[in-house]
Amino acid sequence: MSKVPPDLKYTKSHEWVKVGSDGVVTVGITDHAQEALGDLVYVEAPQKGRKLKAGEACAVVESVKAASDLYSPVGGEVLESNATLADAPEKINQDPYGTWIMRLKPANAADVNALLDAKAYEQVLVDEAH
Amino acid sequence: MGKRTPLYDTHLAAGARLVDFGGWDMPVNYGSQIEEHHAVRRDAGMFDVSHMTVLDLEGSRVRDFLRKLLANDVSKLHEPGKALYSCMLNEQAGIIDDLIVYFLRDDWFRMVVNAATHDKDLDWIARQAQPFGVKPAERDLAMIAVQGPNAREKVASLLSVSLRDRALALKPFTAVSGEGFFVARTGYTGEDGFEIMLPPNQAALFWQRLVSQGVKPCGLGARDTLRLEAAMNLYGADMDESTTPLESGLNWTVAWEPADRDFIGRKALESQRDAGPRRKFVGLLLQDKGVLRGHQKVIADGAGEGEITSGSFSPTLERSIALARVPVAAGDTVQVDIRGRLCKAQIVKPPFVRNGKVLVK
Repeated sequence: MSKVPPDLKYTKSHEWVKVGSDGVVTVGITDHAQEALGDLVYVEAPQKGRKLKAGEACAVVESVKAASDLYSPVGGEVLESNATLADAPEKINQDPYGTWIMRLKPANAADVNALLDAKAYEQVLVDEAH
Repeated sequence: MGKRTPLYDTHLAAGARLVDFGGWDMPVNYGSQIEEHHAVRRDAGMFDVSHMTVLDLEGSRVRDFLRKLLANDVSKLHEPGKALYSCMLNEQAGIIDDLIVYFLRDDWFRMVVNAATHDKDLDWIARQAQPFGVKPAERDLAMIAVQGPNAREKVASLLSVSLRDRALALKPFTAVSGEGFFVARTGYTGEDGFEIMLPPNQAALFWQRLVSQGVKPCGLGARDTLRLEAAMNLYGADMDESTTPLESGLNWTVAWEPADRDFIGRKALESQRDAGPRRKFVGLLLQDKGVLRGHQKVIADGAGEGEITSGSFSPTLERSIALARVPVAAGDTVQVDIRGRLCKAQIVKPPFVRNGKVLVK
């Protein structure tokens, strides 16, 4: 069973979200996602300043096998993308929750409340396995 | 639920991630596809390829039949155990499948065809074989491909004394058999090695013994990146019934001589050869960051457009490579449309890697 840290928020599309005290959210892909994708070889992260809608495809993570979209968990503006991933995408495989892909300033701070908690995300994984 | 090979439980126990491949539940990897890839390039890895179809063709006119059925010519095969790679064409010279055929006896050849094309191949072969009095019989055999610079030695240490010396003495593209085993010095990775057919009930034990010799289990994921680096075509991706061998980099597999050998598809293929094919099959090396994938559009300045037939990240080159069908007039560099982003790629002569060595710059 893949790891699901209790202190994070999640999406059905397998992103994890960490909500900072300043309201800024940090986004990555879950342990389950990296395991399903396999060895990552390329990450195309969004430009700083890009305005995203909730659920918008905004980044691409590619493994040896296939390309997969990253969907923005909430609407907002991209503050920063993780530049170190350009040369070391495998960091996501090694440490999925310690390796973020982008930081967002949500358009509406309350939107993060609609995200899944760890227990609900674990249920998503159980349902997908069946 | 898909079909299962005799090694299905072994794969599950080893933590394999299984995927559907041509109706079979097959391991795509056992953890890291890249590590599996490197194991084959640097040491020894093995693949369960029991899903592939083994057909025995027997009859006094079997050689005549195969000279009609295949674009390559089995007349080249004189020594028992000698193998030949060939395309099987339809009348329009479209590729029905690619295969390996072994000469075993004047009245007995063995053929290995793809799993995903099993039904249509058997239909076609049975239909063409009938006038020759040849009956194809499918063999229920497991097949394990052991590949890599140390593969042959590791396999040999597990064979019976009588089989061991004969296996080690095999030249490339030849096979020996004994005690229910059929050992061929063939493969689909660009490395040396053996492909071993064996009784299904012995497969799991032999696999475990290979593991204990340090042979790493590898999934179809690594098999795909290895064969791509070696520029070995994948049926259904790099070629199908809409393409001919001349458009698939397989000119070398067509035996034009003797000119009076009337193989199926010959007329259509000759017309294309005489007119000059409009498309050529090339290797691509991505210059920018990103990953080339099948079906991405290739733009050749002034020459038109083409398409990537298979592409991936190359673990050996640590950059993306692809095989592509492009207009004949395409120059040295092209652009590839990667999800709306135009990326520069260099046209190179495949293969990219053979026997552990990088062959392109």
